[in-house]
Amino acid sequence: MSRIVDAVNAPFAPVRAYFRKHRSLGIFVGVVLLSVALPLLTRVPPFDGIQSTNAWVNAFTTAAIYAMLAMGLNVVIGFAGLLDLGYAAFFALGGYTYALAASPFSGIHLPFWPMLLAGGIVGAIFGVLLGAPTLRLRGDYLAIVTLGFGEIVPITLMNADKFTDGVNGIGGIDKPNIPGILQFTLINPWPMYGLVVVLFTLIMIMIYRLEDSRLGRTWDAIREDELAAESSGVNTVIAKLQAFAVGASIAGIVGVVNAAKITIVTPDQFRFAVSISALAAVVLGGMGNTIGVATGAFIIYLFQSILLKQLNTLVENFNIPILNQIDFLEFQYVLYGIVLVLMMLKRPQGIFPARRRMREFAPLKIGKGGLK
Amino acid sequence: MSAAKGGPMLRARGVTRKFGGLVAVNNVDFEIPRGSISAIIGPNGAGKTTFFNVIAGIYAPTEGTIELDGKPLISPPTGAGREPILLVLPTIPFIALAIYFLMAVGGDTGLVEGVASVAVALLGFVGALLLNIVRPDWYNRLIKRIGVTRPARPNDMVVAGLARTFQNIRLYKSLTTLENILVGMHVHLHAGLLGALFKTRQVREEEAAAEQRARELLAFVDLAGMENELAANLPYGKQRLLEIARAIASRPKLLLLDEPAAGMNPKETEEMTALIRRIRDELGITVLLIEHDMRVVMGISDYITVLDHGEKIAEGLPKAIRTNPKVIEAYLGRGAAAGH
Repeated sequence: MSRIVDAVNAPFAPVRAYFRKHRSLGIFVGVVLLSVALPLLTRVPPFDGIQSTNAWVNAFTTAAIYAMLAMGLNVVIGFAGLLDLGYAAFFALGGYTYALAASPFSGIHLPFWPMLLAGGIVGAIFGVLLGAPTLRLRGDYLAIVTLGFGEIVPITLMNADKFTDGVNGIGGIDKPNIPGILQFTLINPWPMYGLVVVLFTLIMIMIYRLEDSRLGRTWDAIREDELAAESSGVNTVIAKLQAFAVGASIAGIVGVVNAAKITIVTPDQFRFAVSISALAAVVLGGMGNTIGVATGAFIIYLFQSILLKQLNTLVENFNIPILNQIDFLEFQYVLYGIVLVLMMLKRPQGIFPARRRMREFAPLKIGKGGLK
Repeated sequence: MSAAKGGPMLRARGVTRKFGGLVAVNNVDFEIPRGSISAIIGPNGAGKTTFFNVIAGIYAPTEGTIELDGKPLISPPTGAGREPILLVLPTIPFIALAIYFLMAVGGDTGLVEGVASVAVALLGFVGALLLNIVRPDWYNRLIKRIGVTRPARPNDMVVAGLARTFQNIRLYKSLTTLENILVGMHVHLHAGLLGALFKTRQVREEEAAAEQRARELLAFVDLAGMENELAANLPYGKQRLLEIARAIASRPKLLLLDEPAAGMNPKETEEMTALIRRIRDELGITVLLIEHDMRVVMGISDYITVLDHGEKIAEGLPKAIRTNPKVIEAYLGRGAAAGH
């Protein structure tokens, strides 16, 4: 079996070696190929029967937004080993930043592009604010505090109705545009698709570079053994804050894009379910493996938004008793639960394990000299 | 070699560490001569490890100070309660302003100003926090100005020139040996967040040089050719060697070894002894070790300090320690000492 795999892989070896050396280029080529292939794929059966290409592209855009979110969360959980259950809060802060800066509600209409940066900065600031007092906590305690923060933010947004219009949220958010060249609209999903593809590429390149840097090693060291990391001269407080800030700023940027895409933000979009779906994606994809995590998010999102919806139509069409009363979309939470439990039981390293975890979980191989 | 300069490498004065009512280390004065290999010995529970952890910055001393290379580094923390002054006090005028706007002006008119004031206050707080994160040394100097001294943390001690190993090996198990060493070199690398993102030439050159040096260090402890091995997969003796290599990667002036020969067979012990000598002779690093194996201690130490019940009972050359009645009493009991 493995011989067949080797034989198939052999011709690609030089290509792989090349892209291992120039990884940023590899990511760029990969994402571009994928972003062209996916819409083409929706033209062939059975995918073309499910929904129109434009609807598919729209779904891919949202899936990519979730994938970026999961990649950001992976920096905090997979690299630094800090369990953050309130990640949606930073996503919300990014979204509201853009909503307040470019909507009829606030009366201000700032351009979209600089707000991408602003969303990242707002996310980073709140990440540091949350992290500074809480990062001396470990494991479960940190998880509980971040869980609380994740609840506080949407509730505050809901109650501060003078500034956020409460439960109604802020609607009519400006779409991005490139003056004189391109105006994004709700009807045409392609410009947004392009924007998300570019952003996705940039974020992935960024994360890979961070992982390979001195900072990434520091995060690994902290995850493995915090006391030893301190004794190696690592300022663990600052390194953990940096992980939190990087993760939060990615969520902030993605929040801006998300707000611009759906043109409305409400507190309900950012409840615990978002945090947990991002977490499910990280666990499914394989903690610490950026590409794996992004794939995990893609799978989860498409599964819940396409497959469950299809299940609804299917059951309705056949008019099966009892089952046709059920809205399968409501079952997405069951899905997260099943994913988390099954993965933990059967494959704790994820579908696409990180290089390190793969070796950690692999059965011990006896080397040349045999066991001592 | 640095031995030419005067003064001891490490000088502890009146170091005391209490855990509640228990006095683990009591008023110990201690010096390590430059370029020496010194050892701390003592029966179980004598306070060796506690003393070691105080030197390494893991515990703050209850009393006493420690100087490394003539610079005072560790002292009990004082004025910790005053630190919030820096964080909170500057924001108070803004908060007062906010309350004024909200209460006195009232209604819709004051709301925006009130919120703006709170935002400014928050920014002040965030600013102080960010200073703490981005420039910790500036922040520390600032809080020293208002009378706060902090105990040195382990990472401060590494910057000052001290490195250590652990009694129960603490490697980064799922990292390769090379990466373990690279983490050990952390304080001598300077790539920041932006440098890593843009992979500037400076960063790339720094990484390449670091990797080169890491390979040399692995060769120094006889682990050449194991660069890509996971630390967890190394046999026990080699894990100890790797931990020592990681410690000397930070180019310390003083290396603390906590039971370096624990659990080793005689041959490995011999190799370890030779390595410790080479660290001192070839790298010029002063070494302090805790060890139970008397053959090792007597064989390589220039000076020995004996602790018992948290107090220093003897110090001197190995020969003198071996015949010191107080030491024999501590290890074997009063009768044995009298019979000697």
